[in-house]
Amino acid sequence: MSSTKYPTERLKCWGKAKSLRENYYKDFAEAHEKGGIRWAGGAWSFDAIPSGLGEDVWALTGEPYGATVAWNKEFATECQEAIETKGYARDLCSYMRNYWGSILLNKYAWPQFSEEFPKADFIWQDHICCSHSKWYQVASSLEGGIPMYSIDVSVGPYGELTDSRINYIVGQMHDGIKWLEKVTGREYDDELLINAVHNEFRSCHYWAAICALNKAIPAPLDEKSMYSLYVLGTLRKSAQWTADFYEKELYPEIKDRVERGIAAVGNEQCRVMTDTQPPWAFLKVFRYLEKYGCVSVGSLYTFSLIGLWEDQEDGSWGPRAIPDIEITNRDEALRALAEWNLSKPEWQHFYHPKLKSEMMIRIAREWKLNGVLLHFNRGCEGLSLGIAENRLAIQKAGFPVMPFEGNMGDEREFDITKTMTRIDAFMESLEFEKITE
Amino acid sequence: MELVHKEEKELFDQFKDWYKNRHDYAKAWKERTGGKVMGYFCTYVPEEILYAANILPVRILGSHEPQDVTEPHIFAMFCPFCRDCLAQGLKGRFDYLDGIMIAQSCLHVRQAYTSWDIHIPTDYSYYLPHPMHVQSPHAIPYLREELVQFKTSIENWIGRTITDEDLRRGIELINMNRRLMKQVYELRKGINPPLTGLEAMYMVVSSQTTDKHDHNKALESLLQQLPSRNIGDPGERLMILGSEDDDTEFISMVEELGATFVTDDHCTGTRYFQKEVNPTGDPLTAIAERYVKRVPCPSKDWPQRTRLDHIVQMAKDYDAQGAILIQQKFCDPHELDIPIIKETLEKNGLSTLFLELDVTVPIGQFKTRVEAFLEIIREEDLF
Repeated sequence: MSSTKYPTERLKCWGKAKSLRENYYKDFAEAHEKGGIRWAGGAWSFDAIPSGLGEDVWALTGEPYGATVAWNKEFATECQEAIETKGYARDLCSYMRNYWGSILLNKYAWPQFSEEFPKADFIWQDHICCSHSKWYQVASSLEGGIPMYSIDVSVGPYGELTDSRINYIVGQMHDGIKWLEKVTGREYDDELLINAVHNEFRSCHYWAAICALNKAIPAPLDEKSMYSLYVLGTLRKSAQWTADFYEKELYPEIKDRVERGIAAVGNEQCRVMTDTQPPWAFLKVFRYLEKYGCVSVGSLYTFSLIGLWEDQEDGSWGPRAIPDIEITNRDEALRALAEWNLSKPEWQHFYHPKLKSEMMIRIAREWKLNGVLLHFNRGCEGLSLGIAENRLAIQKAGFPVMPFEGNMGDEREFDITKTMTRIDAFMESLEFEKITE
Repeated sequence: MELVHKEEKELFDQFKDWYKNRHDYAKAWKERTGGKVMGYFCTYVPEEILYAANILPVRILGSHEPQDVTEPHIFAMFCPFCRDCLAQGLKGRFDYLDGIMIAQSCLHVRQAYTSWDIHIPTDYSYYLPHPMHVQSPHAIPYLREELVQFKTSIENWIGRTITDEDLRRGIELINMNRRLMKQVYELRKGINPPLTGLEAMYMVVSSQTTDKHDHNKALESLLQQLPSRNIGDPGERLMILGSEDDDTEFISMVEELGATFVTDDHCTGTRYFQKEVNPTGDPLTAIAERYVKRVPCPSKDWPQRTRLDHIVQMAKDYDAQGAILIQQKFCDPHELDIPIIKETLEKNGLSTLFLELDVTVPIGQFKTRVEAFLEIIREEDLF
């Protein structure tokens, strides 16, 4: 007899999400054949800005690329060993090492689109983590000196924003546009920028709205699936295809699942969240949780790496409203873009762990969690910042916490057997028994 | 070549004493003056404003002892220095502090500050946002505005206004300190430097924990005697560079092997005192300019690598034969610079040795490696 208590269904738009992602890597590889431009930078970079260079401009964001490499354990190890021979420490950001290794080996993680690593025409980065600009400083030199521009966004928490802080970022953005014109020889189109900013508003809003739907019991999405969906926002949050997919396909489908009681995990009886990037080569951890009827409903990481949030009228946490503003010129677009991004929840803990703890505890309460799994991620100093204090705060708020150590992109630092054993002990402490073997 | 063993001389005993007994000094200062003491993390903190407010800035440093109190607070993949700093707070060794503050630099030391802020009750706590893109023309006006806010916050805390005159007093005091230490370093360029690397380290690090009025007097006295001091053949002339380093035991061990450190690129060395504040014009703009244009911590050295030329020039100016690249374990900003620095120095004819610091230094292992390194340099001299 089946123990499934909720109906389940495959996501109808799963195939679309997969093809959007593949097209992204294909477009980047083939950009030059189409007479277009390629740029590289981080997933948090202001990707709306290079959009003003034209509609034939394609990006490769480093973190999702590093995660793609990580998923292929053999290739990841090859990349890491390649960069270690150049004297770089193995405790550095593992996405960064995977990316650099790919350059050194001149191998693209998508060989069906290009055997060689496609060299970017310029680098467009932002900086809030110590590794952000330095990542591309090294990448630039490994590729023979690609022009690089980076914008410092580390101006303190959103709650303490001042005009001066915004002006510092916007000033860098204006300089960056002049720099883009210089390095590409193209005239900048403010209308394209404005469109991209509106797209970014939609992408960030709807991704958060989708995650908010996961408050439902049963949860319509599990975190393992969410990884394949949020990634579109990390590839190109300002693209129309990302915004349209979130608004017109994914959001209505998840809403419908909630209304019909469709579960991600049919035997859901336990709800948890994680934190930081998962060990990409070992996503089977999530399948193991399902044996206990345990669904990870997400994390501050999956919710707000791209999603933006704010207090709703009823006091709950929900998607930040799309700004009801008319943008008429470049400066207005850049100011709106800076202000929007500075409210990103995942940027707040860079100044104090208590800001992150408050949001995590809020998730634990509103998403009705039984416990929290914290990935002490050796591969990312930025998102592991303050994680030990987060653990203490969440425990103090009354939620059981299971920390586990690993690395998002370097499988040599993850012990799957020990992690499974730890999960067994955690589930036992929460008084859940395995439903399936 | 004869290895020269250099005893520490009385000349630097005062600096050594201030460094070793920094807590006693600060407590006595507080009792003597009735003033407030501010513990600070990272040398991007604008001490000028604190001196203008008659506050004693004391850099929070570790104790180089194994500890087990920070594990619940800072994930072990972060540098041992930040954990050692926090440990001092958790153990109550800075219980005399009236306030703590940080100026934004690396993520690692930021955690020592935030955990301190959470767990150790202090009357005043301030996080000073500080530009990371110091090569941007927008960095100085941005930092100036942050300094305005910071000054206001300090004024509210101490209950009085800090005038431009106060700021100029603070600027002059610290500029003098920088100038005097620079004069001492100039003497290290000579064929027979009159001081060791260990002595230089005591001098600079003690400046970070001692009232600059006292420190300046000691430096002036030192400079009267130092030019005529002869401590003999320096042996191999080395430079040392990397992350935070007040590991006197390591410096001492290397110099006991017959070499001498003639200069450094550390925040406990030249990065702390190079570049003065322009004493004319608007004081806060001038302070902002100094902290934006100082020799950067690698966390702020982008997109151009300005440190490379600076380090190579320094090696030439001080006639260094070799360089020890040393970093706190897990220190990402330095880990990201060291491979290119190593390559660049070697292209410029310097031998290099890379080592990682932990809270305690494995002196025996390091000694073997340094001996081998010095032998390489000596063989190069032969041929």
